[in-house]
Amino acid sequence: MRPMTDKARIRTEAARFLQFFQDRGACVVEADILQPAETLLDLYGEDIRARAFVTHDPDFGEAMMRPDFTVPVVQMHMAVGAEPARYAYMGEVFRAQEEATHRASEYFQVGYEVFDRAAPIEADAEVFALLKEVLEPLNLRAATGDMGLLLAAVRGLATTDRRKAALLRHVWRPRRFRALLDRFAGRAPLPEGREAMLAMKTPLAAGITHIGLRSPAEIAERINALHEDAAAPPISQQEVELLDDLLGLRETTENVLEHLRDIAVDMPAIADAVDRLEMRAEALTKHGVDVGTLDFEGSYGRTSMEYYDGFVFGFYAENRPDLPPVATGGRYDALTRVLGNQNGERRDIPAVGGVIRPELTLELTGEAAQ
Amino acid sequence: MTLKLGVPSKGRLMEKTFDWFGASGIELARTGSDREYAAAVDGIDGIELVLLSAGEIPRELAAGRIHLGVTGSDLVREKLGAWQEKVVELAPMGFGHADLIIAVPKCWVDVTTLDDLDAVAAAFRARHGFRLRIATKYHRLIRDHLRDHGVADYQLVDSQGATEGTVKNETAEAVADITSTGETLRANHLKILSGGPVHKSQATLFKSRKADWSDADRATLNLLCRKLAIHD
Repeated sequence: MRPMTDKARIRTEAARFLQFFQDRGACVVEADILQPAETLLDLYGEDIRARAFVTHDPDFGEAMMRPDFTVPVVQMHMAVGAEPARYAYMGEVFRAQEEATHRASEYFQVGYEVFDRAAPIEADAEVFALLKEVLEPLNLRAATGDMGLLLAAVRGLATTDRRKAALLRHVWRPRRFRALLDRFAGRAPLPEGREAMLAMKTPLAAGITHIGLRSPAEIAERINALHEDAAAPPISQQEVELLDDLLGLRETTENVLEHLRDIAVDMPAIADAVDRLEMRAEALTKHGVDVGTLDFEGSYGRTSMEYYDGFVFGFYAENRPDLPPVATGGRYDALTRVLGNQNGERRDIPAVGGVIRPELTLELTGEAAQ
Repeated sequence: MTLKLGVPSKGRLMEKTFDWFGASGIELARTGSDREYAAAVDGIDGIELVLLSAGEIPRELAAGRIHLGVTGSDLVREKLGAWQEKVVELAPMGFGHADLIIAVPKCWVDVTTLDDLDAVAAAFRARHGFRLRIATKYHRLIRDHLRDHGVADYQLVDSQGATEGTVKNETAEAVADITSTGETLRANHLKILSGGPVHKSQATLFKSRKADWSDADRATLNLLCRKLAIHD
């Protein structure tokens, strides 16, 4: 726990950032601390239980103390917002620490979110440049990535739609993604029991009592799918290598574009995503960002938050590798798509934003002063 | 000051615990009437016996209210976050064996591994509009295991008993529970996923890292460990 004087200083620091965003035209919004658990569980899966504080209200049901502002801000925007919209907010977020990480379980965030469907690339650049500007005195290292490249590459693989869907579903779980890719490429054996099942002439006719909600038709459907999969040719070695090239990229934004143009010759599916990256680099330049020194990492954003599906970035204190990133952000159209579809309506709301952790900026400012 | 040893307060787990210590010349016994939770230790000085529910022993160890405790290794992992920071495993005791497993309907002939379960969870959610339900009381252990194996689109529903019946009752699609023989699972038309159990549990003697260890307590522990022929 922090001394109360520290907390007051952190709040003042947070208010300073909030004022900065407000001065640049953001509308300041608030969010409830208690969020309905079901929405977050449906979005992030059961794992969120390990990271969020779960509580119970006799009337409201299961609730979580907000693990971030993203969901409530998107919901507020969907309910009452008109586009384009720019929001800023500040407040505590709550993260349970299941493992012995010794990180804070509650801390302040100040955020800035842009909902602008007309000019998404310009919005990407705007959010990044704004955070960079306000963090300038701290001399942080910025790292960037673009999940859109990987997603486009997977969608463009010369393989079955089912395999592509399985890979896309696990893009944000790198280990599982790798295991699936190895199997689909014929580099890893089939899971235990698969061959035996495929060899059975009538696996369903064996007189086994059927129980449960998953119907015999669903089981038969998957057996068919597995037969089709077994008959499908493996993903080629060349395609796997191109994906590896993409994931292994670590260069400046300026240099990476050249490299990506080379990859796109053999992988035309990423050409549009590379075009967007180039346009974004131009937009960043216009905002005064030097893309000649801006780091780009092919795998960046795969583990930070599920649903980041485009531009992603983080700001790091290079001389303090023990600290989490001081600020992070990115485009999360995939999340707003899921939230927007929850009530049966189909709504796409392009969204990009970023958050700063003021207790970290305060700590780094203190060090600089000493 | 005495060293507090927490042991299960009833049933086979208690009897086997008494036998295990007894084999090394340390006699644990309940005293007073059948219903009174009082106990005594013979064969070593400076140890006070505390009779507790096995399910509460992890919490008491983590709070440092007992120095040593006997409970299932599954219960410590389930009930304590970052358990290695709070307790040390002194000795597996060789009884109370049970495997924590995940089981699915036997009629799911297309499912053998966690990999299959993950694929089925995705299809199930798309078809039924909610996440595939796994009934269990081992929330932490199962969640960690499924996360480590990249399983998504499932939900854990709490089941404190008769868990094997939940699939037939259509309140869950799969179960995660402890089993020693698998008899109940088979009787309820369920089969265990391959790939080994989530956790192989047995009764274990734990030492608390959070208790106050006086010099006298440490000396008692030393002596106890020598008698039991284990390292502390």
